[in-house]
Amino acid sequence: MQEARRKMQVAGGRLVITLWVGVLASLLVVGVVAAQGGTVTDDQVNAVAKKLNCPVCENVPLDVCETQACAQWRDLIRQKLATGEKPEQVIAYFRDTYGDRVLQEPPRSGFTALIWILPFVGLIAGVAILVVVLRRMTARSVAVDATTEASPVADEYRQRLERELEEIK
Amino acid sequence: MVTDIGLIAVLLAFAAGIYSIVAAVYGAQSRRDDWVTSARNAALVVAPLLTLASLMIVYSNLVGNYRLEYTAHVSSRATPTALKITALWGGQNGSLLFWSWLMSVFAAGVMLRKWDKNRDLMPYVIAVTEVIQVFFLALVVLFANPFAKLWQTPTGDIVGAVFGASTLFATLSSIGLSGIAQTWFAPVGSLPFTPADGQGLAPLLRHPGMVAHPPFLYLGFVGFTIPYAFAMAALITGKTNDAWIRTTRRWTLMAWLFLGIGLLLGARWAYDVLGWGGYWGWDAVENAALMPWISGTAFLHSVMIQEKRGMLKIWNMFLIILTFAQVVLGTFITRTGVISSVHSFARSSIGVPFLVFTGVMLVGSVGLLLARLGDLKSENKLDSMLSRESAFIAQNALFLIINLAVAIGTYFPIFSELFANNKITVGPPYYDNVVGPLLAPLILLMGIAPLISWRAASPQALGRTALTIPGPVTLTAVVILFALGIRNPWALLGMTLIVYAGTIIVVEYVRGVRARHRSTGESWLAALWNLIGRNRRRYGGYLVHAGVVLMGVGVIGTHVYQLETQQALAVGQSLSIGDYQVTFRRLELVPSGQADKRIISARVDVSQGGKPLATMRPFQEQYTNGERMTPPALLGSMKEDLYVLLGGFESDGSLATFKVFINPLVNWLWLGGIVFILGTLVAAWPSATEERRALSVERGALSAAGVAR
Repeated sequence: MQEARRKMQVAGGRLVITLWVGVLASLLVVGVVAAQGGTVTDDQVNAVAKKLNCPVCENVPLDVCETQACAQWRDLIRQKLATGEKPEQVIAYFRDTYGDRVLQEPPRSGFTALIWILPFVGLIAGVAILVVVLRRMTARSVAVDATTEASPVADEYRQRLERELEEIK
Repeated sequence: MVTDIGLIAVLLAFAAGIYSIVAAVYGAQSRRDDWVTSARNAALVVAPLLTLASLMIVYSNLVGNYRLEYTAHVSSRATPTALKITALWGGQNGSLLFWSWLMSVFAAGVMLRKWDKNRDLMPYVIAVTEVIQVFFLALVVLFANPFAKLWQTPTGDIVGAVFGASTLFATLSSIGLSGIAQTWFAPVGSLPFTPADGQGLAPLLRHPGMVAHPPFLYLGFVGFTIPYAFAMAALITGKTNDAWIRTTRRWTLMAWLFLGIGLLLGARWAYDVLGWGGYWGWDAVENAALMPWISGTAFLHSVMIQEKRGMLKIWNMFLIILTFAQVVLGTFITRTGVISSVHSFARSSIGVPFLVFTGVMLVGSVGLLLARLGDLKSENKLDSMLSRESAFIAQNALFLIINLAVAIGTYFPIFSELFANNKITVGPPYYDNVVGPLLAPLILLMGIAPLISWRAASPQALGRTALTIPGPVTLTAVVILFALGIRNPWALLGMTLIVYAGTIIVVEYVRGVRARHRSTGESWLAALWNLIGRNRRRYGGYLVHAGVVLMGVGVIGTHVYQLETQQALAVGQSLSIGDYQVTFRRLELVPSGQADKRIISARVDVSQGGKPLATMRPFQEQYTNGERMTPPALLGSMKEDLYVLLGGFESDGSLATFKVFINPLVNWLWLGGIVFILGTLVAAWPSATEERRALSVERGALSAAGVAR
């Protein structure tokens, strides 16, 4: 338990260091290309950032994340767009640098493809089961009728119930 | 210390809960009624004990007793009084106590109200509710104790421990019980420690929506334990008729309502506080609360078939087990943050006990269900594929498929990390693509199912009612929408279905009122009032559906037609979005009244189509701990909300960045939420007719038994 926690801390520490190196590297890029400028609007930046997650926080889209790091990542997007990179290239860069977790939409390849396949398997299985169950429920009528007739109490009770319910209506 | 009274109360409640389980089971097995009564009394004592314990936490927060770890964590000198009270559920340990307290009150309520009516089920209802109660109390006592005090260890660390320094700390830790060791004891040589001030609640949690959201969510979660306990009692005793459903119908409805209100409040909180222009982010914690609501909705519908036709008994058992399992998992996810998520403010050692409990609960419940399968035979056949029954079954299937899709999205990241060593994030695009299309047939069914008669419906008759008026109305609406420029196919499809379902509800109401007006000669208004009053379940249900229809309008509007822009403006500059122009006037510092908070407000003038409309003041709250909040300024109507956020700014006030959204039709969502709540209240309201009916059924049962004798 303690050991696992310590390991996680170490791993987390490494992650944070890697991420900060990433941020610093991107700052350098920002500095270099800032001179070239370009007229990339905030909206264009956000359109790309919307498809990404903040790489350091949990589950926060990059376009709304308020941390300093994210502001710098958005600047990085701006610079990349200014140098003529397509939005897809920017997204690919982030994915290469920080892994699949930065993508808002899980990739449709590899193990992750399952997330897109499973619901449809569920849907098809669900509909199939539904059809089979409905069929069986209509077909089984004979067998069930036999058992209900065998118990006059239940039958009597149910008839009485139905009658009274009718009267109340 | 005076808060030790609370600790003692919790320990007593824990003991009373355990005694109650043992006494209830023993009493039932040996047919000793006095033991069952004793079990009930012990269970009843839990409620006042936990009330006392909760009050002690509130008291500690109010007087600023920062020796208590929990108070130091969630309260501070600067915290307003109201928030000191609600801080009872502001942190993990307090919220688990709060959960236990709500649970004890629900349990006491059910034991007092249903004691005479369901004597045969009662022993096991007591046992099952108390098992759940004891589990939560065990978490409170062993792992997340809100009565822990602060200690300074010899190495200078500040730790929380209930009983203080002891060699038992090392002993317990060495035998693998480090969780309990850390909760109860501090390392040898630790000294009492009292900080000068507490940390106070995280700024995000100070909003009224976040204050009210957890209690409603918990009320919903806790409420579902009651039908679950009755279901289990029915399985254990073998009295598997529909008594458990009839008895708990209103409890289930209230649990479902509370959960719904909790979800709505959470959405409103996100909209008002988080400042990203939306209200639902498909976050793991949101999903954790949504999933039991989805399966609960399926349950509420399918029990009607069992009540009316004696069918689907196994299915209903399965649904309540699934719903309760999702409740426990929901609490688990909310409280442990096992799935990375923005809401996970709390992470701790309660994960393993929760998983074990969920596993045991599932295995036990499903085992019981399998053992009783033979008793749960359907009393009736399905007469036709076109019947209310089959419509409900199809609706159930859809709800479960949606539930499955949400579950896959929520839990998949865990498996991806475990099996593929790949951390992924499942954002809204997944749910839009997967859940979105499944909602279409659901809304269609919601519209048409109330028109399909029980047992067997004739296609001709159904065609007449389903098309005569709703058909042309929907067609006209779609033509109008198309003429208005709505071209998005999803929006058109969604609106078609929504208008169709909405029209049917209106037609149903009009038909009912007209029939009453004709036959009784009442005024139209009286006819409407009495129509609802006499058939609360039916017309309350329609109102709930109407609420869903209204919410659907809001969802489509915001989802398909939301506009957003972000621009940095110098003083006097404007941005335009839609037909609005937003002009930045100036920045000002507003007194906040709280020492740890600074408010910077921007004045912007808004005009629409060139005509001045309003002045808005979006602002940013900056906290001394570095946190920031940017709640929106709103200018709303039923048509749309203009949602303005103040982003960054130059410190001299010359330049500020604004993010502006237009959220079309979003207020239909909130209106729909209110209608949904009203509808559920109407459906759940006790009525004299219904009680007479229940009485006559009981009498009928008695005389039927007489006949048999």
